Amino acid sequence: MLQRPFQAPGVFAAVGLPPVVWLFALFLAPLAVIWTYSFGENRTLVDIAITGSWGNYARALKPLYLAILLKSMGFAALTTLLCFILGLPVALAITFARPRAKLLLLVAIMLPFWTNLLIRTYALMAILRTEGLINAGLGALWGLVPGLPPFEPLPLINNNFAVVVGLVYVHLPFMVLPLYAALDRLDRSLIEASLDLGAGHLATLWRVVVPLALPGIVSGIIITFIPALGAYLTPDLLGGTNSQMIANVIERQFRSANDWPFGAALSFLLMYLTFAALMVKAIISRREAAR
Amino acid sequence: MTGPLDYLARWPLRLWLAMVGAFLYLPLLALVVFSFNDSKRITVWRGFSLRWYAELFDDGELVAAFGNSLVIAAASTIISLILGTAAALLLWRFRFAGKAALEALLGLPIVVPEICLGVAFLVFFTAILPWPTELPWPANLGAIIIAHATFSFSFVALVVRARLASFDGALAEAARDLGAGEWLIFRDIMVPHMVPGLVAGALLAFTLSLDDFVITFFTSGPDTITFPIKVYSMVRFSVTPAVNAASTLLILLTAGLTALALWLQGADIAKQAA
Repeated sequence: MLQRPFQAPGVFAAVGLPPVVWLFALFLAPLAVIWTYSFGENRTLVDIAITGSWGNYARALKPLYLAILLKSMGFAALTTLLCFILGLPVALAITFARPRAKLLLLVAIMLPFWTNLLIRTYALMAILRTEGLINAGLGALWGLVPGLPPFEPLPLINNNFAVVVGLVYVHLPFMVLPLYAALDRLDRSLIEASLDLGAGHLATLWRVVVPLALPGIVSGIIITFIPALGAYLTPDLLGGTNSQMIANVIERQFRSANDWPFGAALSFLLMYLTFAALMVKAIISRREAAR
Repeated sequence: MTGPLDYLARWPLRLWLAMVGAFLYLPLLALVVFSFNDSKRITVWRGFSLRWYAELFDDGELVAAFGNSLVIAAASTIISLILGTAAALLLWRFRFAGKAALEALLGLPIVVPEICLGVAFLVFFTAILPWPTELPWPANLGAIIIAHATFSFSFVALVVRARLASFDGALAEAARDLGAGEWLIFRDIMVPHMVPGLVAGALLAFTLSLDDFVITFFTSGPDTITFPIKVYSMVRFSVTPAVNAASTLLILLTAGLTALALWLQGADIAKQAA
C-alpha cells in the first residue's frame, strides 16, 4: 500500500489539537455546564446551587410540561406524516424522471431549503394572516356573489393549524431527499414485474416499493422528525398561546422566567429524545447493512 | 416513449407535483413580488416601486446589522475552515485510539437541536466565559463568531473529508521520491487537490452563519444585532414591505452563494466521473 503523506509525528498534534481542543472547550463544555445546571436549584435570581437533585426533571414530567412535550411530539409526528404523504409521490417522480428533469426537480426541492428559515416563516405569515393573501383572495371571491353576509376571515394563523403548516413547509425537503435516495437504489425490474403481473400502481407502491424502501423511509421519517421536534421559530411566529412547543418553553426559562436549572433539564430531555431517535436510525441502517 | 415507470408523464402525478411546487414557491414568490409594491399593504398591488429598498438603506440599524452579519460570517468561516480542514486531515490520515469516538463527537454539532446549543452558549458566555460587551467593534462580536464556528466546522470537515477520499497517494509518493519534504507535499500537492472541497466548505460555513437565527438569538446582545435578528424584530413588530425587501436581498445573497458552492461541487463530481 502506498504511504500517505505526513509521516512526521508533529503533524499529528498540529492537525489534531486545534479541532479537538475546540470541540472540548467550546462545544462539550457549554453543554456540560447546562447538564450540570439541570441538577441544580435557583438560590437567588443569579446564584445557582448544584444540589444534584432530580427535581427539575421531575417538574418537567409534571402534567403541565409533559403535555407540552407530548404536544411537541404530536406536532412533529403529524408534520412527518404529512411530509411523507406529500413527499412520496414527489420522490417517485424524481426517481423515475429523465436526467435533466431529475436535476431540475432536485434543485427545485432544495432551493427553498437554502432560503433563510426566518424568511420562509415570514413568507407564510404574509399568506396566512387575517389580512393575508388567502383571506384577501377568498374575500374577493365572496364579494362576487351577491346577497351573502359579510366575509369572515378564516383563522389561519396563531393556532395549531398554522404551526403544522409551517413545520411541513420547512421540513418537506428533509423527507423528500432521503426518500429519493432510497427509491433510487431499488431494483426497477421488481416494480416492472409487479406491474406486468397485473398489480395496479397503488398496489405496487404499497406492496412492493414501500416494503423494499423501508429502511430509507424510516431514515426520512427520523430525519424529518428530529428538527421538527426541536423547532423554535415556527411555533414562535405562527403559533398562538396554546401551540407552544418544547423549544419555546426552554427559551422562556432562559430569557424571561430566569429558571436556568429547569430550562437546562428541559433542553436535555429534548436532547435525549433526539439521541433516541438517532439510535433507532442507526440500528435500522446497521440491520440493513448486515442483510 | 413512455414506459410503465415514467411517472412524470402521468397527469395525477403532474398535478401533485404542481401542488407541492405551488405550496413551496407561492409564499416566497408573493414575498418577492410585494417587496416591489408601491403601497404599505402587502396584499394589494399598487404598482412597481423601489421605495422599500431605498428605505432599507436609510435604516442605519439594519445596515449595521448587515455589516455585523457579514463580519461574523467571514470570521467564523475562516475559523471553521482551519478547524474543519485540520479535523478532516486528522481523520483521513491517522489511525489512533478513540478515533471512532472523535468522529461521533465531530458529528454531534450537526445533530444537537439548535435550541439546546443556543441556551448552552447563552449560559456559557454569561456564567463561564463572559464576553466583554464594551469591546470595540468587531471584537464585541467574538461570542457569536465562536458559536457559529462551532456549529459550522463539523460541516466543513465533512465536505473536505469527502474531497480527500479521492486523493491519489501515488502523487505524494512520486513527490517524495523526487525529494520533496512533507511541507512541500502538503503545500504543492495536497492543498491544490483540496481546493474545491475548501471552497465548497467555506461557502457552506458562510451561508450557515449568515442564515442562523436561533443560536445567534441566544448569544447576541443589544449591541451585537445580526441581520436575521433585526429582521426578526421587524417581523414581530409589523408586517411591512420593508421586511419583504430585506428578505428578498437575503434570499438573493444566500441562493447565489449556495448555487456557487453547488456548481463548484458539481464540477468536481463531473471531473471525478470523467
